[in-house]
Amino acid sequence: MALLDVRNLTTSFHLRSGIVRAAQNISLSLNRGETLGIVGESGSGKSVTCYSIMRLIPQPPGRIESGEVMFDGQDLLTLSESEMRQIRGTKISMIFQDPMTSLNPYLRISTQMVEAIRVHEQMDEKDALRKAITALEEVGIPDASKRVLSYPHEFSGGMRQRVMIAMALINDPDLLIADEPTTALDVTVQARVLDIIKERQERLGTAVILVTHDLGVVAGTCDKVQVMYAGQVVESGTTDQVFYDPQHAYTRSLQKAIPSLKQKEEVLYTIAGTPPDLSKPVAGCAFYPRCPFPKIAKPDGAPPELIELKDGHCVRDCGFCDRRKPIEEVLAKEVAEDAQ
Amino acid sequence: MTARTAEMVAGAEERIAAQPTVETLEKGSSLWIDAWHRLQRNRLAMISLFLFFGIVLFCVIGPFFSPYDGQAQDLMKGAQSPSAEHWFGTDTLGRDLMVRTMEGGRISLLVGLVATLVALAIGVVYGATAGYLGGRVDAVMMRIVDTLYALPFTIFVILLMVAFGRSLWLIFVAIGAVEWLSMARIVRAGVIGLKKQEFVEAAVSLGYSHSRIIIRHLIPNVLGPVIVIATLTVPAVMLLEAFLSFLGLGVQPPNASWGVLINEGQQNMDIFPWLLMFPAFFFALTLFALNFLGDGLRDALDPKSSKD
Repeated sequence: MALLDVRNLTTSFHLRSGIVRAAQNISLSLNRGETLGIVGESGSGKSVTCYSIMRLIPQPPGRIESGEVMFDGQDLLTLSESEMRQIRGTKISMIFQDPMTSLNPYLRISTQMVEAIRVHEQMDEKDALRKAITALEEVGIPDASKRVLSYPHEFSGGMRQRVMIAMALINDPDLLIADEPTTALDVTVQARVLDIIKERQERLGTAVILVTHDLGVVAGTCDKVQVMYAGQVVESGTTDQVFYDPQHAYTRSLQKAIPSLKQKEEVLYTIAGTPPDLSKPVAGCAFYPRCPFPKIAKPDGAPPELIELKDGHCVRDCGFCDRRKPIEEVLAKEVAEDAQ
Repeated sequence: MTARTAEMVAGAEERIAAQPTVETLEKGSSLWIDAWHRLQRNRLAMISLFLFFGIVLFCVIGPFFSPYDGQAQDLMKGAQSPSAEHWFGTDTLGRDLMVRTMEGGRISLLVGLVATLVALAIGVVYGATAGYLGGRVDAVMMRIVDTLYALPFTIFVILLMVAFGRSLWLIFVAIGAVEWLSMARIVRAGVIGLKKQEFVEAAVSLGYSHSRIIIRHLIPNVLGPVIVIATLTVPAVMLLEAFLSFLGLGVQPPNASWGVLINEGQQNMDIFPWLLMFPAFFFALTLFALNFLGDGLRDALDPKSSKD
């Protein structure tokens, strides 16, 4: 049985201006030791999905409308708040995007880490401190035993993110949700942080959900990928399936937007337009207005279902556009038409 | 060096080496210590700080060293001007004014500090809870504050006096009950700003309870502005007490507070000016010191707002 099995999770925000359907019918499953990458533009519902799993959605205005989050055999959405607190930090942990603000500036690192241990476990203060120092050493903080008494502002961004990781992993959770853990870091530190997560995962069999904008990071670290657009999963499968055989128009456009060392074009490809307003209902395909492929039908009706093609490779196949040609050809034709 | 001391030194070294790393840690420098260093560079604030402690010491310890009793009347010595015997002179009832000023200062400072602490305790917890929980709870809690704000203070105090009689504790309650309102508003505003920060989200994601997050993580972070406000509240409270005592609603004779002394002094101010001058001087000095200290603390705790 999968460690995490999310079925038809729908989360929306009830605002004065209308209902924003931030995550619709999200399904995903994850086994121990696996890494799932969730990619998509800003506002595509990646973070909302993660926050919903942790039940960290501010309510109101947010509301988890329907679905199940089966974790280790129990549905997290039916637990009480205090039962949920027992799970957060011990079974499921989370790392956030901005390491500069994710530690309390007024408390020593030692205090914060000891607190994280002692909230969930009866432990002597000194033992907890020793455990904290070991955890900091594991994430590669130099001189951990000396620096543990420092305050967050005495650490660099990369070090703070490592402290966050050490804190999130200190109670050996089964699942780690990393919400864009490397976005705010420079590239070398980014690689180091990903290595740390990977190393822990291999040693302890932690499952990881990695939310990111960076397709390169996904290719390097993830076993499975979900591509999200406008609050929906548009394509999912193993990393190989999604990267070498992308089906959905959005996935293919995203991939095209990665600058390549081989390409000689001067202008980098960007997907025209912006993601749709999620407070308005979408007819047919949410990506239709931005889709570069030749249109063959008018979009209408409910969004298409996520259909399994083969071996778990699923795609939300709309059928409103003709995707038989490779995207390069389509774009080349477009450029030629523009020139005329 | 004898053999025995050498042995002791060796033993000590061994113990130090045997100690776990935990004890030999370098302590980091907290934001509080940084703020203290910044405050030390502010000359006006430091002078104010020393002045304030000087006045506190003068009032608290002073009476023990004086040969006079602040309540002992000696009508034969009524209203003498300052002399070697009575440095501040005596009042119309022959009481030594220096002791009266010290004892009045004790009451005034006590009222100022206790009422501020009461306001602080209620305001911080109330404001932090309202701000953190948000939504409907926040709306109800803050409307209660608004309603209390609308109560006219003097009438409120007179009502309390009528209902419960006159006592010093009532003054604490009355002033505390008014001053915590602004404290609650400031703390709430601060907490609402902090709530969006990721360390609060991180605390929730680590499975901390609401009360733990409020007490351990939110309140220390709003303490900076709160300390500033508290420093500025103390003189405000002392002024309120003086105002009440001046009106005859506050501290009752023969007990003294600076407000009472100033009231007594102004009655005979053209004949015995020193009766007004000394208490008023100390009162004004205290207010100045606290206000400058508050300003200095604001600059020290929030470096962004300072001019330089």
